[in-house]
Amino acid sequence: MSTSPAIQITGLTKSYGDLPVLRGVDLDVTAGSILALLGSNGAGKTTLVKILSTLLRADGGTATVQGFDVASQPAQVRESISLTGQFTAVDEVLTGRENLALIARLRHLPRPGAIADQLLARFSLTDAAGRRVATYSGGMRRRIDIAMSLIGNPPVVFLDEPTTGLDPQARNEVWDAVRELADTGTTVLLTTQHLEEAEQLADRIAILHEGRIIANGSLAELKRLLPPAKVEYVEKQPTLEEVFLSIVGDPARATATATATAGARQDRNPDDTAATVGADE
Amino acid sequence: MIKRTIGDTAALSGRSLQHVLRSPDTIITTAITPIAMLLLFVYVFGGAIDSGDENYVNYLLPGILLITVASGIAYTAFRLFTDVSGGIFERFQSMPIARPAVLWSHVLTSLVANFVSLVLVVAVALLMGFRTGAGLPAWLGVLAIMLLFTLAMTWLAVIPGLTAKSVDGVSGFSYPLIFLPFVSSAFVPTDNMPAPVQWFAENQPVTPIVNTVRSLFAQEPVGSDLWVALGWCVGLLLVAYALAMRTYRRRLA
Ligand SMILES: Nc1ncnc2c1ncn2[C@@H]1O[C@H](COP(=O)(O)OP(=O)(O)OP(=O)(O)O)[C@@H](O)[C@H]1O
Ligand SMILES: [Mg+2]
Repeated sequence: MSTSPAIQITGLTKSYGDLPVLRGVDLDVTAGSILALLGSNGAGKTTLVKILSTLLRADGGTATVQGFDVASQPAQVRESISLTGQFTAVDEVLTGRENLALIARLRHLPRPGAIADQLLARFSLTDAAGRRVATYSGGMRRRIDIAMSLIGNPPVVFLDEPTTGLDPQARNEVWDAVRELADTGTTVLLTTQHLEEAEQLADRIAILHEGRIIANGSLAELKRLLPPAKVEYVEKQPTLEEVFLSIVGDPARATATATATAGARQDRNPDDTAATVGADE
Repeated sequence: MIKRTIGDTAALSGRSLQHVLRSPDTIITTAITPIAMLLLFVYVFGGAIDSGDENYVNYLLPGILLITVASGIAYTAFRLFTDVSGGIFERFQSMPIARPAVLWSHVLTSLVANFVSLVLVVAVALLMGFRTGAGLPAWLGVLAIMLLFTLAMTWLAVIPGLTAKSVDGVSGFSYPLIFLPFVSSAFVPTDNMPAPVQWFAENQPVTPIVNTVRSLFAQEPVGSDLWVALGWCVGLLLVAYALAMRTYRRRLA
């Protein structure tokens, strides 16, 4: 693919009153790739996502999505994107199924009911389909929210901290959905606080700090920015996540993690520690 | 484009009407305040008020209908506020939905919900002795004026719905509207009011609207009140619509 980037941001600036939040953001996202945008609280990730999804106007600079300028061609941009905001945006009064069908109808798709049923199954929400979203747990709400964003297969998807507040199984479902998106050629820009999420999903990682992108590259490239690793002996213990998943029984990962956990338990003998080896010197 | 606007407005209005259907208490609550006023004025104060009309319910009903709308639009503002504060408004804004559809769906829902409340209030008034010989044209006239008034008040309600920071801010704006009829010809004739009050009462929108509806129900000529009432309704509608649309566009700053 030698096409132009799906998202192109040049010199983007935005202040809230006296508070400069974005001070010249430059960032390209290759079509069909997953970019993870990292940044501490208040770094401006949500602000950037809102500008890209035409909810906010930038003060300066340009941004294009699928070649359309977010400021001068917002209607075309909206045709090309979907947004999952940082906070769930669902209709509490409607049922889960009605929420999905409404979005399908608003995207002018045929058979909205069938689309809703398919997504409910994909996000393990079939049992709750007929209940009002007001009765959902926070994680169920988030899953409906993300499912709503996938309707209509837009070529560019923004996910603002999609897995915050999800249990590991639900998070894995979202991760699988994101990988599936990328496999079908969708461009994904996701923000996250979980570095593991970035490691798991992203083709490239960009770090937003003090209003600018201060690092941008693949995981391997970013790791090279650090001083060379030292050899260190670490006891190999199952992570709490592995324990949780094997006890709760995530159908997809249970076997893999269970073996890992069992294997790790045998390593409890202090003499028998596993070594993590990196390049020295 | 027009077809799309209509389709999107229909889909979103369907959603908004579901909200009303699933909390019918909002319609009841809307109707209860005016019904309580009707009972209070007819059975408690009625004997002491000389309206010049032997049937005080007949005299009272037009003003009570305006109060019904004024309390009904508080829910319009509330529903819009809930969308804005809950984030689904932003979701709609980021989608390829015809721009006017998001607001118009709330406006249409407001017209339907207020219509149902108005029917409830008229039904209670009939039980309490409201009588009219008005034929179909007069009833349609009343309906048209009430819809126009509701439309104007609804666009007014859109403004706090979009800008309010809290639920209290949303409902607060309708209180002055509910009390405006008290300084008008809605409950007592303006003749006996002190001069400055009378001047205000006769030159505020409620009086000509109330007089027009009253004349239509009584099968009397409406005279110039009709034109003044229409002028107020259309003027308020245009101003409220312009302000609401400006607020709507400003949200994208
Ligand atoms: N509407 C607003 N008015 C004023 N300041 C705002 C507004 N929205 C955001 N800010 C400020 O802009 C800065 C960036 O906010 P933003 O929400 O983009 O950060 P973020 O990177 O998404 O943070 P988090 O990780 O906490 O979600 C913060 O300092 C925030 O207080
Ligand atoms: Mg954020």
